[in-house]
Amino acid sequence: MAQSISPRTLPAEADVVVIGGGVVGAAILRELTKYRLSAVLIEKAPDVATGTSKANSGILHAGFDAEPGTWKARLNVRGSRLYKDIAEGLGIARREIGSLVVAKTDEQLQELERLLARGAINGVPGLELWSADETIAFEPGVARDVKGALWAPSAAVACPFLATTGFADNAVRNGGKVVTECAINGFVTENGTLKAVETTKGRIATRFAINAAGVHSAQVARLAQDDSFSIRPRKGEYVLLDKSVGHLVRTVLFPTPDKVSKGILVSPTVHGNVFIGPNSFAVDDPEDHETTRDGLAAIIAGARQIVPDVPVQAAITEFSGLRADGGKDFILAPSPALGGLFHAAGIQSPGLTAAPAIAEAVVEMLADAGLRLQANAKFIPENPRRAHFSELEPHEQAALIAADPLNGRVICRCETVTEAEIVAAIHAPCGARTVDGVKRRVRAGSGRCQGGFCGPRVTAILARELGIPITEVRKDSSESYLFYPRAETIGEESAYV
Amino acid sequence: MSEHVYDVVTIGGGPAGMAAALAARKAGAERVLIIERDHELGGILQQCIHNGFGLRRFKTELTGPGYAQRYVDMVGETDIDIWLDTTVLETAAGGTVRCVSPDKGVSIVKAKSVVHSMGCRERTRGAIRTPGSRPAGVFTAGAAQRMVNMEGYLPGREVVIVGSGDIGLIMARRMTLEGAKVKAVFEIMPHSNGLTRNIVQCLDDFGIPLYLSHSVVSVHGNDRVTGITVAKVDEKLQPIAGTEFDLDCDTVLLSVGLIPENELGRGAGVAMDPITSGASVDQFRRTSVPGFFAAGNVLHVHDLVDFVSQEAEIAGRAAALNALGLLPDAGTQKPVHAGPGLRTVVPQLLSAPEAGKLTVRFYFRGSQPLGRAVIQLRADGEVVWDRKLKVVKPSEMIVADIPVSLLYGDGQRLEFSIEPLPESADDEALEEEEA
Repeated sequence: MAQSISPRTLPAEADVVVIGGGVVGAAILRELTKYRLSAVLIEKAPDVATGTSKANSGILHAGFDAEPGTWKARLNVRGSRLYKDIAEGLGIARREIGSLVVAKTDEQLQELERLLARGAINGVPGLELWSADETIAFEPGVARDVKGALWAPSAAVACPFLATTGFADNAVRNGGKVVTECAINGFVTENGTLKAVETTKGRIATRFAINAAGVHSAQVARLAQDDSFSIRPRKGEYVLLDKSVGHLVRTVLFPTPDKVSKGILVSPTVHGNVFIGPNSFAVDDPEDHETTRDGLAAIIAGARQIVPDVPVQAAITEFSGLRADGGKDFILAPSPALGGLFHAAGIQSPGLTAAPAIAEAVVEMLADAGLRLQANAKFIPENPRRAHFSELEPHEQAALIAADPLNGRVICRCETVTEAEIVAAIHAPCGARTVDGVKRRVRAGSGRCQGGFCGPRVTAILARELGIPITEVRKDSSESYLFYPRAETIGEESAYV
Repeated sequence: MSEHVYDVVTIGGGPAGMAAALAARKAGAERVLIIERDHELGGILQQCIHNGFGLRRFKTELTGPGYAQRYVDMVGETDIDIWLDTTVLETAAGGTVRCVSPDKGVSIVKAKSVVHSMGCRERTRGAIRTPGSRPAGVFTAGAAQRMVNMEGYLPGREVVIVGSGDIGLIMARRMTLEGAKVKAVFEIMPHSNGLTRNIVQCLDDFGIPLYLSHSVVSVHGNDRVTGITVAKVDEKLQPIAGTEFDLDCDTVLLSVGLIPENELGRGAGVAMDPITSGASVDQFRRTSVPGFFAAGNVLHVHDLVDFVSQEAEIAGRAAALNALGLLPDAGTQKPVHAGPGLRTVVPQLLSAPEAGKLTVRFYFRGSQPLGRAVIQLRADGEVVWDRKLKVVKPSEMIVADIPVSLLYGDGQRLEFSIEPLPESADDEALEEEEA
């Protein structure tokens, strides 16, 4: 018997409304639940982590890139430290594997010196310049014409989906609300101050709203007649390689950065795959998620600059994400046009890393603007620990199956994901509602068969647990229905038997 | 946790696993077990509701479930144990099989012989790196087939099929019969990868166009697929600029190849053939790991289930003999090479011959389509056996029984190859007659 699923209705009022369910919005919602106030996050998609948060490099940067004095510089290093403390408790997969910025020319070696100096100012721990020999000894797959590298031991890889759901689940556990399929239509104002937010699920009265709408944050600002910034989406494409080549590299490998981006990298993922990418080019449409032939060719060529033997035949999927480029720095500020509206916008790299620190900064801004912060004595900083069946010893697996037989049914063979894990992902505080939502939480369908085997099974489990027909199960976005009913019957007889 | 002891265990209860288990029991193995992850035996056959199965094995035309049922019934008449809804997590050298199921929990099976018969999986869009967006509506043909035939839902209404593998062709017909509009099949190669009979019965009979040397260069749509862009490709399979055209559709079905599902084999340390992606085996379907055998699509992808059953009988019987201590030692194995014109040859190795066996059966796949051709066996460069072929298609497996007397010359290098033969007027007349 399925447990009941909450309908995610919009409350009539809240102290704070967070607009956008990416990692930044989710981290802000969680930060707010540390205090005795009501906080509601609205997200237009059926799930959190469906924009930039679902398609990025998944790297917790050390923090030597950003110009000292910027939000990026401050919040990157702070965020990196915060994850170190909170990731495990929130169930955010994270591995501190360090990173290397690889130089192949004398000019690039000089750039590494500059990055080292900058890192020192930003407070990045443990930076070292390595010789070519040291670099090759540590990372034998690296290009032989490497001249040196910058080693940053505090860099880590993390799962950006689990970061978002980890923050969101914890926020809901602590009294926050996540309302999905709820898009903003406008702001209700009185004398230049915020009174309510109009959404597709009705009106919610509030004094404070936070614009964390990612690539759509400029559009949200315009709803308040605020044109203080604009967002230029910049696409980045990726190729993900199979776990069978997971040994290719042991650390995050960057080229020496240019002015626009950190360049095309070769990196392990936290789950043991390898990815290459991203490239970087501006697009007009904030919904443009197409990968391109030229783009994929460019990232393969770029990756081979660092690791010449990248086994592209081991590709299991390709995807693209959009950076919300709002200029040089993050835009963390009150709206100049509407009292009570705050922007957490222009969050591109290192946005994932900075997210928990951005949350702290934003809440501080709200307090300065008059939001009363009284500590929530009941705040629980962690999520219940969820065992990963595949990582357990046989006797532990036996105990789990004895407790719940669904632990003994493997639904995703590639990643060894059980039915119990999928059911738990659906019934989590901010649970999965879509096939991709399940995949992002427990990895069913993210292995080498890409859901070929488990896709129909996950669809059936979602239908059962959500109490909806198969034909209403969606892949990811609001209208992404997967299956239609069979051909109509004609009269008493089926049209085709 | 429970422990069990068996003579022979087959991993997978599809056509290979069932045939291997039956053959093992028949050859004298006392305790035989089939482990199947689904809730019934039959494997992929259960979703293949079209006919065309069993012409060789049973001399009659059956559907997939019909073919499976014959084996299910045969297994049911024996004392072979069957564990359903059970997933094998590991098969370790020494014959230890670790598996889980909802009702039995974790089980450890100690087997004298293990037969890997896990079948294959479908190549994905990611593996062939098709650019574009990632909306709902892109399915592998087999996943779509399961939804239509077993769950009773339609994966789409306006369908394009990418790749001309057999499952794609079968699904073109199936979707048409279900009322969907199948707009086209696109194949990147200059030849089809499906059986000729499927091209005729599934495309030609329904007026579905097959575009050879065409590739999908982009998939469009944010929620659901809205269309694709297709281009002609050159000899290097690269899209030719200026030949692109768009096609509206809500569904893309991929039939772009099958890959042996060999994670358990790799985990056990079984040596693999990089071309078949299956184990390297000898004539007994014995792998490099003692006590481990392989058969069916996990060993190499077959086009007819009849051959799967046949091959599994070899593996099952050998697994039983191994369990009974009667299987001849592998001795010094002799490699069998796939030479020019051939993509694969199975078995790849010859162990010492079994007393009383006069021939060894080989399965081949050609590397390119040819008209009249000859397949030859060379021992140290000298042709010792040949057979004329009317036509060679990479999609259709070639089977030949080679006399043992030709295979065991001392230190000889064995190589099979295919060479084209000039067309002759006689053959053309012959083709027409057959048509």
